[in-house]
This record gives sequence, structure tokens and C-alpha cells, in this order.
Amino acid sequence: MLHVVLTRFVVAILVAVTVSVVGFSLLRLSGDLAAELAGEGATPAEIESARVKHGLDRPLLVQFARWSRDLASGDLGRSLFSGEPVADMILSRLPVTLQLAVYALILSVVIGIPLGMIAAMHPRSWIDRLSLITAVLGQAVPSFWLALVLIVVFGVLLRWTPISGSDTWAHFILPTATLAASSLPGLMRLTRSGMLEALSTDYVRTARAKGLAERTLMAVHALPNALLPVLALAAVQLGTLLGGSVIVESVFALDGIGLLAYRSILRGDFPVVQSILIFVALAYTALTLLADVANALIDPRIRLG
Amino acid sequence: MTDEAPEPRWRVRLRRASRHGGFVAGASVILVIVLMAILAPLLMPHDPYLQDLSKRLLPPVWDAAGSWTHPLGTDHLGRDFLSRLILGSRISLLVGVSATLIAGLVGATLGLIGGYFGGRVDAVIMYVIATRLSLPGILTALALLAVVKGSLVSVIAVLGFLLWDRFALVVRSATQQVRAQDYVAAAIAVGSTQARILKREVLPNVMSPLIVVATLEMAAAILAEASLSFLGLGLPPPNASWGLLVSEGRNFMFFKPYLIVLPGALIIVLVIAINALGDGLRDLASPIDSGDD
Repeated sequence: MLHVVLTRFVVAILVAVTVSVVGFSLLRLSGDLAAELAGEGATPAEIESARVKHGLDRPLLVQFARWSRDLASGDLGRSLFSGEPVADMILSRLPVTLQLAVYALILSVVIGIPLGMIAAMHPRSWIDRLSLITAVLGQAVPSFWLALVLIVVFGVLLRWTPISGSDTWAHFILPTATLAASSLPGLMRLTRSGMLEALSTDYVRTARAKGLAERTLMAVHALPNALLPVLALAAVQLGTLLGGSVIVESVFALDGIGLLAYRSILRGDFPVVQSILIFVALAYTALTLLADVANALIDPRIRLG
Repeated sequence: MTDEAPEPRWRVRLRRASRHGGFVAGASVILVIVLMAILAPLLMPHDPYLQDLSKRLLPPVWDAAGSWTHPLGTDHLGRDFLSRLILGSRISLLVGVSATLIAGLVGATLGLIGGYFGGRVDAVIMYVIATRLSLPGILTALALLAVVKGSLVSVIAVLGFLLWDRFALVVRSATQQVRAQDYVAAAIAVGSTQARILKREVLPNVMSPLIVVATLEMAAAILAEASLSFLGLGLPPPNASWGLLVSEGRNFMFFKPYLIVLPGALIIVLVIAINALGDGLRDLASPIDSGDD
């Protein structure tokens, strides 16, 4: 088991380093940073002095070393647009994105897992069909479109919810629903197939044969085995939701890191874009690592293997 | 299929396919949209790029003030909406097919190498896959497109190089299974070169999971293109991408909801059809016809 965890850990560190290199290259490829830093309408002399001041005249490797040192100490540079430290910009908006991602995950778990379970226990029933239709639609409806339709229906026609901003909890209803629509189908289908598989195993058949109550059978034998991969997927999806909220946040003007990334991309503020990309990638890597380790700890086949 | 005179294989396959409801429905819808894309010049009632500000936002035919000249009315620049919807099918299909081909080529190559050679080579491939998975798809695509500027070619390239991960994972595990078979050992024993084994023994056996993943990724690429264009970094105006049409109709969606409903519905229908085709292919490829999921 130690071997499994260690391997995952090494891969996670390698991935983190690679992603940082990718982010660094993106920033350098995006244009002449010195000209951007010197500001609009700067003379060639001013641009050159900005280049020297920020160390952009040094070899790329030296620049990268300096940049990673800063990154490790939490200094993500400053926004080209506002001059604000990027770390502060991200931290101040992170709670909004985190709330959104966690709400969406909770919503998909609370609906997806029971629906998947019931669908597996009653194959071809109406609830199984409902779960299938939900999955098919969830995969096919673009989230930007769903967001607009929800705005028109619930925000404008019915006037039940606010449609933009992030001031109160009510502002999170439509964005949460939109985001959950993308993570729900996967969780539901995985629960369903895991349950179906668990229900067809020998140990469940044996338990049934010796007359175990159906409820005990589900709770003790089928569910724990079916839910193991679902938990892992949920952790991974939290990472996906963090990066996937860019569309939802921009449609609902929800002031999280997704909207910050989008606005920064539109105005060419690459230090911010790069930092958010690296941040989301690191969060995703950490969450998958966590899921792998948790899986190894829970699953006796890996724990003792 | 144990009759004395066996039916030719293709007829057996065709018969099974024609009985699979999801496959037939998906294939029919895709056929209609492909025809729409090919015959677009004949089907479009007007020039989809022709702006006429005196005819801005004309109502559709079901509206009391509508007319058959512009069956679905016009957009905010006076362009015929039906013509633009028809033209949009070309972009979706073109991006879907091309990005999937690139992604399939990249992913299948990596998966084949990792799954066949194993060991250190596989570890390197797994690390490349883990790196790709850690990068958030839409966000990375947006950042890349902000650097290279959105166009048909750049969108296809960016999506092609972001959507290969599932190909790699599926082909890798399928290859690992094939690699362990006796006929591969036999091929090695008779002195086949590695290139020959990969091409003759392994590739044909990983084809069917590859095709199923291809349908999933084609759907993903179509959705991603629409999202990127909606956000303004995919195909630039005056292109008639369905995502762009939704974004343009957004300002008028409270009064003219069909401006966003119709392009959105076309995306949904196309994606469901592709997924249904993929599910059908998966069912038909498996020798045991369970008929369920």
C-alpha cells in the first residue's frame, strides 16, 4: 500500500512541476511582458527599463528559477491591469468559487446517489428510465445554455430567484443547479453500475440465500462496495467543478475565480490567468491524490496488498 | 448464426444494428444534420452573412407579424436566422470530426505505447495523462485561444490537444489486455516485428473501444466549441457557430427566446444523437447482446 501511495505522490509532484512550467510558458508566449508592464504608450526606453527592472532580460532559466521561488513563497506577481497582487485577487474570490463547487457537489451527491441506487435496485422501472433521461440530458445540454434558460424561466418569468451577482445565498441557487447538472450524471451512473455489479456478486447471492433482510443486504454488503469508486469520483469532480465554474460564473456574474480568469483572459492579464490555471491544476492534483490515498486506506485489497 | 450457409458478416451486423432503437435513432438524426451541412448552400433561403439593418430582429413566421420570407425571422444585424442555423451545422460537425481525429491520433498512440511496452514507458505515459487531466479543460482552452486567437483551425487544434486523455486511457487498458493474449506471444515467437504486432494484432482489437470513445469525444468537442464561441474566444463573428448564435441572441432572450432556444436545441439534439450512436456501437460490438445499458 505504501508503494501505491508513494507512486501517486511522486506523480502528483511531477504533475505540479510540469503544470507550473506550462503556466510559465503561457505567460512568456502571450506577448512581450516588458511592454505590458511598462504600460500603454510607453517609449522603447521605458520598455527596456521595465525589462531590466523585472529581470526579463535574464536567460529564461534564471527567470524560471526566480519565478518558481516566488511561486513557492506565495508571490504570484501582480496584475497587469490593476497592479494588485495576484495572490490577493485569487484569495478574495476563492470563497465564492468554493461555495459554488461544494454546493453543486452536495446537490449532485444528494440527488445522484439515491437515484442511482434506486435505479439499480429496480432495473427498467420508471425511476431507472428517469435516471437514464437525466444522464442523457445532463451530458448533452451545454451549461451556458442551461444557465440562460434558467435565468429566463426562474429569474424573469417566475421571478423566484436573483439572476446575477453573489451577495446572498439565493444568488447561488441557479448557478448551483447549472453546475450540478454537469456533475450529477456521472455520479448517478457510476452509483447505478456499481450497485448492479455488487448485487450480482456471489457474496450478495449467498447473503440473500441465507435469508438476510433486503435492507441489511443493501446497507452492509452492496452499498459500501458500490460507493467506493463513487467517493473517488466525487473528490475528482470537486476539482473539475473548481475549473469548470468559469462558464457558470461568467453567465451569472458570480465574482469567483472563474469570472476573474475569464475577465483576465479577455483583457490579456496573463499573470492572473497563469496563476489561476496553476492553482486549479494543483487543487485538482491534490484532490485526486487524496481520493487515491483514501481509496487505498479503505479498500482492503489495496491496503493489505 | 450456426446455420449451414452462414449469412455474410456485414448482413448480420446490419440486421442487428437495424434492430437497435438507439443506434437507428442516433444515426438518422446525424444523417439529417450531415445532409443539412452538405446541402447548406441549397437549403439556406438567404445569404447567412448579408446584413440589413432595416430588417433587424424581424419576427418568425409563427408570430402575427412574421412572414415566410424569413421563416425564423432575422437576428440583431438583420441576417436571416434560419440560414445561419443551417450554416452552423457545418461548424459543429467540422470541429467535432477534426478535433476528434486529432485527439484520437494523439491519445491512441500514447495509449498503445504505454499499454504495449509497460514498465517505465508506461509510467511516463501515465504521468503525461495525469498532467493533461490536471489542467482544467475550458479554462486552458480559453487561455490558449487568447494567445493564438480564435479561428476554425485554432479551435480544432486546441480541442484536439485537450480531448485525447480518454482515448489514451481506454486504448492503454485495452492494449494491456490484448498484450497478455497467447496470439501476441505467438506472433512474437514467430519473429514478428513490434511495429507489425502493434498494427496486425493489437490495433484491430482496440478498435471497438476506440470508436465508442470517439463518439463521446466528438460530443464533447461540439459542446466545447459552442461554449468557447459563446464566451467570445472560439470562432469570431460573423461565423454562424451555434454557440455564437446563443451569445448574440442573449441580449434579446427575454423578448425573443427562440433566438437562444433554437441553436441550443440543435446542439442538444446533435449531442444526444452522437451519444446514442456511441451507446449503440458499444452494444453492437459486444458479443453478448444483453440489451441493457
